[in-house]
Amino acid sequence: MSGTVKRGYVRPLDMKHGRVDLTHGSGGRAMVQLIAELFARHLGNEYLGQGNDGAVLPAPTFDGVPGQLVMSTDCHVVTPLFFAGGDIGCLSVHGTINDVAVMGARPLYLAAGFILEEGFPLADLERIVISMANAAREAGVPVVTGDTKVVEQGKGDGVYITTTGVGVLPPGRAIGGAGAQPGDAILVSGSLGDHGVAIMSQRENLSFDAPIKSDTAALNGMIADMLATAADIHVMRDPTRGGLATTLNEIAGQSGVGMLLREKDIPIKPVVNAACEFLGLDPLYVANEGKLICICPAAAAPELLAAMRAHPLGRDAVQIGEVITDEHHFVQLLTAFGGKRIVDWLTGDQLPRIC
Amino acid sequence: MKYIDEFRDGEVARTIADKIANEVESNRRYSFMEFCGGHTHAISRYGLTDLLPDSVRMVHGPGCPVCVLPIGRVDLAIRLALDQGVILCTYGDTLRVPASNQLSLMKAKAHDGDIRMVYSTADALQIARDNPGREVVFFGIGFETTTPPTAVAIQQAQAEQLANFSVLCCHVLTPAAISNILESPEVRQYGTVPLDGFIGPAHVSTVIGSRPYEFFAEEYRKPVVIAGFEPLDVMQAILMLVRQVNEGRAEVENEFSRAVSRDGNRKAQDRVAEVFELRREFEWRGLSVVPYSALRIRAKYASFDAERRFKLEYVSVPDNKACECGAILRGVKRPQDCKIFGTVCTPENPIGSCMVSSEGACAAHYTYGRFRDTQEAS
Repeated sequence: MSGTVKRGYVRPLDMKHGRVDLTHGSGGRAMVQLIAELFARHLGNEYLGQGNDGAVLPAPTFDGVPGQLVMSTDCHVVTPLFFAGGDIGCLSVHGTINDVAVMGARPLYLAAGFILEEGFPLADLERIVISMANAAREAGVPVVTGDTKVVEQGKGDGVYITTTGVGVLPPGRAIGGAGAQPGDAILVSGSLGDHGVAIMSQRENLSFDAPIKSDTAALNGMIADMLATAADIHVMRDPTRGGLATTLNEIAGQSGVGMLLREKDIPIKPVVNAACEFLGLDPLYVANEGKLICICPAAAAPELLAAMRAHPLGRDAVQIGEVITDEHHFVQLLTAFGGKRIVDWLTGDQLPRIC
Repeated sequence: MKYIDEFRDGEVARTIADKIANEVESNRRYSFMEFCGGHTHAISRYGLTDLLPDSVRMVHGPGCPVCVLPIGRVDLAIRLALDQGVILCTYGDTLRVPASNQLSLMKAKAHDGDIRMVYSTADALQIARDNPGREVVFFGIGFETTTPPTAVAIQQAQAEQLANFSVLCCHVLTPAAISNILESPEVRQYGTVPLDGFIGPAHVSTVIGSRPYEFFAEEYRKPVVIAGFEPLDVMQAILMLVRQVNEGRAEVENEFSRAVSRDGNRKAQDRVAEVFELRREFEWRGLSVVPYSALRIRAKYASFDAERRFKLEYVSVPDNKACECGAILRGVKRPQDCKIFGTVCTPENPIGSCMVSSEGACAAHYTYGRFRDTQEAS
């Protein structure tokens, strides 16, 4: 009597008006449907398509030679979820790719975990997932596995996304925070503070318009070009939270060195400077999501700067200072005014001054 | 940035620095107090000390709004948030000021206090409008610069009959603090704090004008130069002070003429006078109890006064014994003279209030200048 059992009809998700509800996280049909119609549809690739509890991936090689694995994970919480120049979706892809790439590795795969808040509009979720898919495609790093959970209304912030990245490092390459040596040049790939100011200008309690976009971008392409020059690189970092100042303090501590920066050489857009001035913040501590700090022997600086400037993300690359010997590991700044000061660790969040 | 970069020009700074170096007299030492934290911040952030001759010493004054806020006042705000369940609105700087029981507003927030950072009194009013069922208290702190916006907020709340809005008023007065320093035994009797002149406040003076300082120049024979907060303003003010000292003058001069007039902002002064009256006395951190040095809300606006509304009793709480904030705020000690500076007391774990705000002398020295101590020691 085959043919009499009716196939269940599943009404497609209403992407226009639908909202995330608790059944989407329950492990039942609704969850499977959300994965199929939203996540798999946009992010799909041969590995994600395996549909198992884990993705089976080929053993990583670097140009045919077995390499070492590099793995990094990053949780993304941002308010607002959509901002000028990007959204939490592309941000979560760029951030993790950059963390793998600055190790000198070639990023290969991403895993993504979503924590969704009950009531979150499916239309917004789809926008975020499409943005992730585009970012992953552009960077050439597919999302190969993922997970979704739903929390009750009021217990999340719309969407949290955690991404984990895996990359391959060729034998013999060692780039890390402990590698800076006195005499090294400190390079940055472009203007600082754009992401943080773009985000802050759109927070609800700060109503001002800054014609500024987040710089969120995947740096693996530019970094590959730099590595291809074969010039010696000691340290690479992307100065995200805490900005340039915090990242350089981390490196100074790890490497046991000091640093001397020249304020007049640090690229900051006038609009970022103005917004920071207005809010009483210091742009050196404001977050970036598509900028690179590179520390290299002074002799390698011209070649690396040329490689950076030849890439669209590094057009404004510039040397901003040198690594020096300092047992206290201070990052010092020669101010444009002619005096010297410390550029210290950030203490908690930057808080606006009263006076 | 137009109107900003002009006042941060390194070339001009060196020209002024050369003039100062040429004009200081070789047998003389010059000791000037910058009253305001804004100046302290500029001096540290731009490394101005490097541009001054050794014979010119800058003494940091008490003009940092959160630094002079005594523990007992922060305690009142915390109790309002934790015990009375109000929405407490505060300027960001105040969040980390250490209070009793190892709390601060930031920590009280983590203990479920509904404490919200606002950028202006207008934000606090909006929160009150949006939460008609909740009590909303604005923690009003600061010198004459922040007082007019608080006055306006109270009048606005009255006009709108915003019955759930009130202000915990901790506004203080600059001239009273300067008098207190000039009358202190360290300055008057012992001479442990040599003071040859003051850099007068920038933003405060836009409100009160330059007239209130004339008394100090005449009565105490101390030159006062009112200066803006940009580094070139400070350099120029120092040059003007050096000249006054050399010529034996003690006058009020106005370097910040682009914003400050002799009479100040009359409209703002009238608003303040309409809403506030003098307190008989007020406790300051560092200066202890100073007579007629702060404001309270007039009886006419009593329903907007959080102290009356919640029947708050002020309890004075002594500072940590090892903390030298008091002496530092009076210019008696330098941050690096304090035993716990940079060891127990850091911006991450401030013991004293001077380590909290970037305008505080300790925080400014720790954040921008402490590399000089290692040079001093070696």
